[in-house]
Amino acid sequence: MPKIRVLEKYCKGCGLCVPACPKKILYLPEEVDRRGVHVVKVHAEIPCTACLNCTTMCPDAALEVDE
Amino acid sequence: MAKGYHRPAALTPARTHYCPGCGHGIAHRLVAEVIDERGCRERTIGIAPVGCAVIAYDYLDIDMTEAAHGRTPAVATAVKRCNPDKLVFSYQGDGDLAAIGAGEMLHAANRGENFTIIFINNAVYGMTSGQMAPTTLVNMKTATTPLGRNPATEGCPIRVCELLATLGRTVFLARGTLTTPRNVRETKKLIHRAFDVQERGLGFSMVEILSPCPTYWRLRPDEAMKFIETDMVKAFPPGIIKDTSAEVQ
Repeated sequence: MPKIRVLEKYCKGCGLCVPACPKKILYLPEEVDRRGVHVVKVHAEIPCTACLNCTTMCPDAALEVDE
Repeated sequence: MAKGYHRPAALTPARTHYCPGCGHGIAHRLVAEVIDERGCRERTIGIAPVGCAVIAYDYLDIDMTEAAHGRTPAVATAVKRCNPDKLVFSYQGDGDLAAIGAGEMLHAANRGENFTIIFINNAVYGMTSGQMAPTTLVNMKTATTPLGRNPATEGCPIRVCELLATLGRTVFLARGTLTTPRNVRETKKLIHRAFDVQERGLGFSMVEILSPCPTYWRLRPDEAMKFIETDMVKAFPPGIIKDTSAEVQ
């Protein structure tokens, strides 16, 4: 099954990937990391279809999808 | 190659300095993906501008050089004429291309120089903190037009693609947006086509990318994308503005 990997070092929490996902797998958490960034998180229980919409919208190439 | 998606090889491992939601990051990634897909990383030369993308050479893992403010097309002209077998592109924002560099851009296009300009149009000066650009929309508020751009005193936004389309030696001029996954993919195809035109030696090509600047538009990243779809595309209609590649070959 395809798996989304968040490269946390690159994510700036812009949230452009969140509405791009047709399965609503991605979300911005309340908590921030030590840079003060809401690093995007993955609902692991929802299956990813590898449509790559999230990686297409990410300005920081912070998302990778393994098939 | 593994399926799925992985960071393009033509992007360095560096973390960019761009604001969250900035279109430069998407545009850099698209250029890197296109270079990877064409397998031309070892023979591509980019020219970085002055503006937010001034250190693009730290992010794109290809040979790059820097130009004085606005002189990017002049440097690209020299690089391409000296290295006709290389893929040469300049990467410029609206201030660099349409304001201080308007002369260089216009004359390089008029000579039909065989290189590609990637033009990032975000309707504002990002690096210097949000002043009016030549492409700022009518009534749009910026640091230097606090009441909104007034055409009577500040003129109307310059449509660079349409301006260059009147010149006989321009071959491929197109405008894309980054607002949805579909539009990002379309814009990537436009970059491929522009590079095709250059690789076939046909002449001048440019891809204008309508790009969000959430920080100086004072909008959230998702709202900035909506602003492009609701307002910016009215002034700058996306699509292929000119394509004479079938005629000039």
